[in-house]
Amino acid sequence: MDEVRPLLELTGATVRFGADAALDRVDFRLYPGEVHSLMGENGAGKSTLIKAITGALAMDEGELRLAGERVSFATPHEAQASGISTVYQEIELLPNLSVAENVFLGREPRRGGVVSRRLMRERAAAVLEDLGLTLDPASLLGTHSVAVQQLVAIARAISADVRVLVLDEPTSSLDLDEVAELFRVIRELKARGVAILFVSHFLDQVYELADRITVLRDGELVGEYLTGELLRIDLVQKMLGREIGEVRARGRVSEDDAEDGSAAVLRARGVSVAHGVAGADVDLAEGEVLGVAGLLGSGRTSLAHALTGVAHLESGVIRIESTDARLDSPRHAISLGVVYSSENRRRDGIVAELSVVDNITLALQSERGVFRRIPPARRRELAASWVDALDIRPPDLDRPVGTLSGGNQQKVLLARLLALSPRVLVLDEPTRGIDVGAKVEIQNLVSELADNGMSVVFISAELEEVLRVGDRVAVMRDGRIVETVAAADLTTDSLLALVAQPGEGED
Amino acid sequence: MTAVYKHRLFWPIVSLITLIAINAIARPQFIKITMRDGELYGPLISILRESAPLMLVALGMTIVIATRGIDLSVGATMAVSGAVALTIIDGSGDPGNLGTVLTACVVALLVSLVLGAWNGFLVSVVGIQPIIATLVLMLAGRGVALLITGGFITTVNSEPFAFIASGYLVALPFAFLIGVVAIVVMSLVERRTALGVLTEAVGINPEASRLAGVRSRSIIWGAYMVSGVLAGVAGLIYASNIRAADANAAGVFIELYAILAVVLGGTSLNGGKFSIAGTVVGVLIIQTLESSILFLGVSSAQSPVFFGFVVALVVVVQSPRMREGLAALSGRMRSRGPGARNDDKVEVA
Amino acid sequence: MAAMTTARPKSGPSEGRPSVVQTFLSRHGGMMPTFAAVAILILLFIGGEIFLRGDFIKPLTISNLLINYAYLLVLAVGMTFVILTGGIDLSVGSVMAFTGMLGAKLLADGLPVGIAVPAMLLGGAAIGLFIGILVQYFGVQPFIASLAGLFLGRGLAFIVSLNSIKVEDPAVLWLQSTRIKVGDWVITPTGIIALITVAIAAFVLHLTRFGRTIYAIGGSEQSARLMGLKVGRTKIAAYVISGTCAGLAGLLLTAYSNAGYPRNGIGTELDAIAAVVIGGTLLTGGRGYVLGSMIGVFVYGTIKTIINFMGAEQAWMQIIVGSLLLLFIVVQRAIVARAEGRR
Repeated sequence: MDEVRPLLELTGATVRFGADAALDRVDFRLYPGEVHSLMGENGAGKSTLIKAITGALAMDEGELRLAGERVSFATPHEAQASGISTVYQEIELLPNLSVAENVFLGREPRRGGVVSRRLMRERAAAVLEDLGLTLDPASLLGTHSVAVQQLVAIARAISADVRVLVLDEPTSSLDLDEVAELFRVIRELKARGVAILFVSHFLDQVYELADRITVLRDGELVGEYLTGELLRIDLVQKMLGREIGEVRARGRVSEDDAEDGSAAVLRARGVSVAHGVAGADVDLAEGEVLGVAGLLGSGRTSLAHALTGVAHLESGVIRIESTDARLDSPRHAISLGVVYSSENRRRDGIVAELSVVDNITLALQSERGVFRRIPPARRRELAASWVDALDIRPPDLDRPVGTLSGGNQQKVLLARLLALSPRVLVLDEPTRGIDVGAKVEIQNLVSELADNGMSVVFISAELEEVLRVGDRVAVMRDGRIVETVAAADLTTDSLLALVAQPGEGED
Repeated sequence: MTAVYKHRLFWPIVSLITLIAINAIARPQFIKITMRDGELYGPLISILRESAPLMLVALGMTIVIATRGIDLSVGATMAVSGAVALTIIDGSGDPGNLGTVLTACVVALLVSLVLGAWNGFLVSVVGIQPIIATLVLMLAGRGVALLITGGFITTVNSEPFAFIASGYLVALPFAFLIGVVAIVVMSLVERRTALGVLTEAVGINPEASRLAGVRSRSIIWGAYMVSGVLAGVAGLIYASNIRAADANAAGVFIELYAILAVVLGGTSLNGGKFSIAGTVVGVLIIQTLESSILFLGVSSAQSPVFFGFVVALVVVVQSPRMREGLAALSGRMRSRGPGARNDDKVEVA
Repeated sequence: MAAMTTARPKSGPSEGRPSVVQTFLSRHGGMMPTFAAVAILILLFIGGEIFLRGDFIKPLTISNLLINYAYLLVLAVGMTFVILTGGIDLSVGSVMAFTGMLGAKLLADGLPVGIAVPAMLLGGAAIGLFIGILVQYFGVQPFIASLAGLFLGRGLAFIVSLNSIKVEDPAVLWLQSTRIKVGDWVITPTGIIALITVAIAAFVLHLTRFGRTIYAIGGSEQSARLMGLKVGRTKIAAYVISGTCAGLAGLLLTAYSNAGYPRNGIGTELDAIAAVVIGGTLLTGGRGYVLGSMIGVFVYGTIKTIINFMGAEQAWMQIIVGSLLLLFIVVQRAIVARAEGRR
């Protein structure tokens, strides 16, 4: 392999957003006829790297070489013209047009300036045939399943002269048969000498398909490995990283209460959400922190949605204190003392243009109702006390929250939820993308809250953090809670092993 | 000083004062206010009186726009409201009876409320885009009004009803006082309840608001109902002014002027932060501009050209491209702090 | 292409051998609303026939649709382009009034038709360009941008003249006064112009790259951009086309009424939008047919004709059109919701 020159070579790629580097001097190379997998957690820089290659984003530093020649693309279309095609997770095709048009749009076969539909259909049929697909090229794309649409996207990519094919999470909404079909196509393309960059968070798929793996973490290159030489557990460890520092399990573990679930504040049985979590059982005792560990796509966020009324339950029961609750909205959950902080702080959390006061008091005010307004003096007092308690900086109550740093936005969100005096706090990646100082503060806060009797579900991609904060840890894989273990009985390595184990029924 | 300069009402108010000043210089009688029989008269008073319908409609529009919506049906609702009221008064034996007029007005406003509720239902429950949802009533509403009046222009001679538009109370035009009451009530509701901030939250980030337990659906629905009722009141004033229900002419284009007033007042069409005071200033600017154009000897029919350019100018100034251009300009002078955009992009990565 | 492994069944994951009906639905599912419009048109004709005791379905009634609503058909064609991109154009009614006035004024001033007519078309195109630039370069919502166009057009119409201007140019009058008879069928040059406009639009939308780009933008602007299509240019062109059509409609309406009148076309933009939507074009863009818009105009015209025949209130017109609009919007909403559910 090393004798062959890489088809695509990226060196020293750096992309900055403001002061933060989303990609920091990363090297990446792709050989013809290989499947190369790019691995990393949320925010590791995978998407940024792909965008840098496909011309969707300009690099601040670094250079891109295609077949040895230095290139730079201003738009994805330019990259495409040079033979780099991308198929995105969200299918970027047009459901309102025919399959054939989706394959050829922008370079339709024409006769005397007029688009020849017949010719287009014939050529589309040929390309699809090539992929082993028989479907009517004249049918509307939207009438087909996501899997078929995905294959049409690939057909579009390869109908041009493709040398590099980038597949960004192509399997996330496919079932097993469909994945198999996709893999068959990918292997054929590989045999033809196409260089394939395959991004997926399914480890099994990566191990089945990829020849080599490049791991990114926090925008930096961890390393490039041959798949055969990289143990699964090592891969996961490289993806998650490891912080130096002692792992201190929290002192108090209320195991007796938790085991039989009688004193559970929140108790879920067989909770399922479509395409997310299946048959999960959760018991949460008073003053307990339940850590949830799992890789991206393991169902950790869906579990949080299920417990907090955000997602509609397909089946299962949730019992809060001693009453069965059919949670039909976040509002309902809040009224029962169960509150949720989303992993996507900016999209689903803060109201960016409103002030710190307004954001902190938002949930409390909604709970009281429109007409029982919290008096302004009380609002400010309340907000000020939270700003003080959580050390929100700058301590300016009237500042629009959107102008705060990520860590402070997260604290405002926490303040909003804590102002409700909840019984159960469900935190989905509360420390993602914030600086180390704020991270430690939030971890300590969670411990403190639990010591005061609050029950917390703490979801994080960082295993050390889960171990440090959690009393018990629920390990999730493939939408299921596979095990719940006392944190004291776990080490980072043993948790890593649990998280990284191959899922059942997939091999 | 900079605080005053940066206040978002700064430019609207400056525009209004400039407009009045230009008028005052061009025709000194513009700012003359005379007292006759304990009632105030003069061009400025006329502007206040004539601005009442637009004021009411624009106030309702402000709330709807704050929820990221728009209400195109206000003109049609005005027509229906006027038609209902006048048909009741016309049909009663005693048009001059205060009780009859009050009943007619209350029924008209109830009908307006129902129309607003209908819009709110389509938007918040069925989930149709606001522009399209309110387009239905914009089209059909006038038909309903015409049916109510039987296709005629219903005229009545009713003193109490005529009082709405042309009467005076404590030296001021009654119609203007209605507008003032609406402004005061809306401001009080905004200040004394949490409706203002919750509406803004829904308009800025619907999903975050839902997760925080805000009743988004009710708030959006309510906004359209408020808009409906206020349009109904505007319809009554309009009908009272011409002492007739003219289903074809009542409130034509008023939705457009109302949207313009809201935008002039500094409320973004993308929803969120809104300003009642800004809308009030916006309405007064439009009305003063209209008056100035008339004074220039331009036919009122031709005034839309000016408004067309005003709309274009305002939206261009508000547009992202323009703001980026200005930000880049000021950014060259002082480096930007870690702004909201940074975080935004990081999470995309 | 390179050699392939062949030892596997040639079938996609979910495709069996489809029946004729399935094939048709999968190819032309988007036409269902248009078929619904055709069905409504047929029902209207049958209803008219029954109520008016056999005096409705005759060549003259149908011919009159095109004679009376040629201008609306042309407006609807332009509107279809804009709506297919996911936009809307509120300016067409007042642009039609403006160009009508402009043409009448130029002719009254003694200028030849050869100058007046191109001036009308250019006037419409200019306002369309103005709207398109606001939408594309300044990110103004189409609704608001075309609102500015509406104000502009209406004001300009009154600036040309506050009163109507009579048109005596024989060439313009010829457009409407000439009756070309084919058996019992009658058509005027204005009708022919409208039909030609429809034909050109259908050709452009379906058989040119520009037309397909219009559909692509309506499907997903972002995807269209990622595919390297010329999104900006095409969007602006859609508004220019709509403006030009409004200019042409101004000519047809002037020919129809022998005069330019500054109050023409108040609310006509809503009629045009309604006709397009009833004809099966989705207001969210990307789905629809210009032939459907023609059916929509005929539905509109037929309802109006029936109401005239019955001597019923004109008010019913607005209510019926509004209700049909609601019906189609709700149906479309359901279609879109189903499509989203699939994803």
